[in-house]
Amino acid sequence: MNITLNGNRVEIEKPVTLMELLELKGIEVEKIIVEYNYDILMRDDWKITALKENDNIEVLRFVGGG
Amino acid sequence: MQDKLTIGGIELGSRLLLGTGKFPSNAIIPQVIKSSGAKVITVALRRIDFDSEDENILKHIPKDCILMPNTSGARNADEAVRIARIARAAGCGNWIKIEVISDNKYLLPDNFETIRATEILAKEGFTVLPYMSPDLMTARRLKDAGASAVMPLGAPIGTNKGLRTRELVKILIDEIDLPIIVDAGLGRPSEAAEAMELGAAAVLVNTAIATSDDPISMGEAFGLAVLAGRKAFLSGAGAVKDFAEASSPLTGFLGT
Repeated sequence: MNITLNGNRVEIEKPVTLMELLELKGIEVEKIIVEYNYDILMRDDWKITALKENDNIEVLRFVGGG
Repeated sequence: MQDKLTIGGIELGSRLLLGTGKFPSNAIIPQVIKSSGAKVITVALRRIDFDSEDENILKHIPKDCILMPNTSGARNADEAVRIARIARAAGCGNWIKIEVISDNKYLLPDNFETIRATEILAKEGFTVLPYMSPDLMTARRLKDAGASAVMPLGAPIGTNKGLRTRELVKILIDEIDLPIIVDAGLGRPSEAAEAMELGAAAVLVNTAIATSDDPISMGEAFGLAVLAGRKAFLSGAGAVKDFAEASSPLTGFLGT
């Protein structure tokens, strides 16, 4: 299965949930924001969202800015 | 005398707004917030880089501050709206600094797209503070679109060149019935004071503080300059004259 993660095409071998993908990527999940197919996905939904072909996922965080 | 700036229904304890980019270390940001007295703090939203350990800026910002995420990175109104909605969903409150830029050399804002984004986000209940090139007609349209303040640039972002747009900013201060906040370009505390003396409601400073040798001390210097400039504005400066006018009496000399 291929998805787009932060603008890059990524191949995923086995079915995973969004939460599993984030853990796989070693992300500290407390401090991030996830946009899933252009909608903001609430934290509670990460565990129950099974990724599917061509999903578009943006994982974001706040950084310094003026 | 009570002289508080109120934006979006919130009374602000300081007329200095602080950006958080470019600091040598995020860990000093709390001290800069303290020394400068700033209460409104800007942050940006970015994609996570999966290959590097970058930290969350929010943990360095005290809870009593108002977070003002910016829409930097947006090249048009739709992208700005998207960023604003994400920021609000992330629990950062409803303040948003609209920044729509498609010119990478001078980082000048796109006033047209900025008006469009302001209109959409104000309707959605955001407290919208648009960053703009100082232009009277744009400022009027931003007000009509529901902006809570208007933030004209003093000089291009990060240049530290000072209040180069002085005459145009003065027109906005005189004509627009909204807080005018000079954002971008101010490089020295004296320039922040100049903007405040002119009647700006506040200034937003980032680069000048963050890239100084001692950001904590420079933050304090800007905080003091903003206070001094505001006090001078409220005090009403004396007239400028072409010819000298003695400060001491010209009669009653010794020996006459």
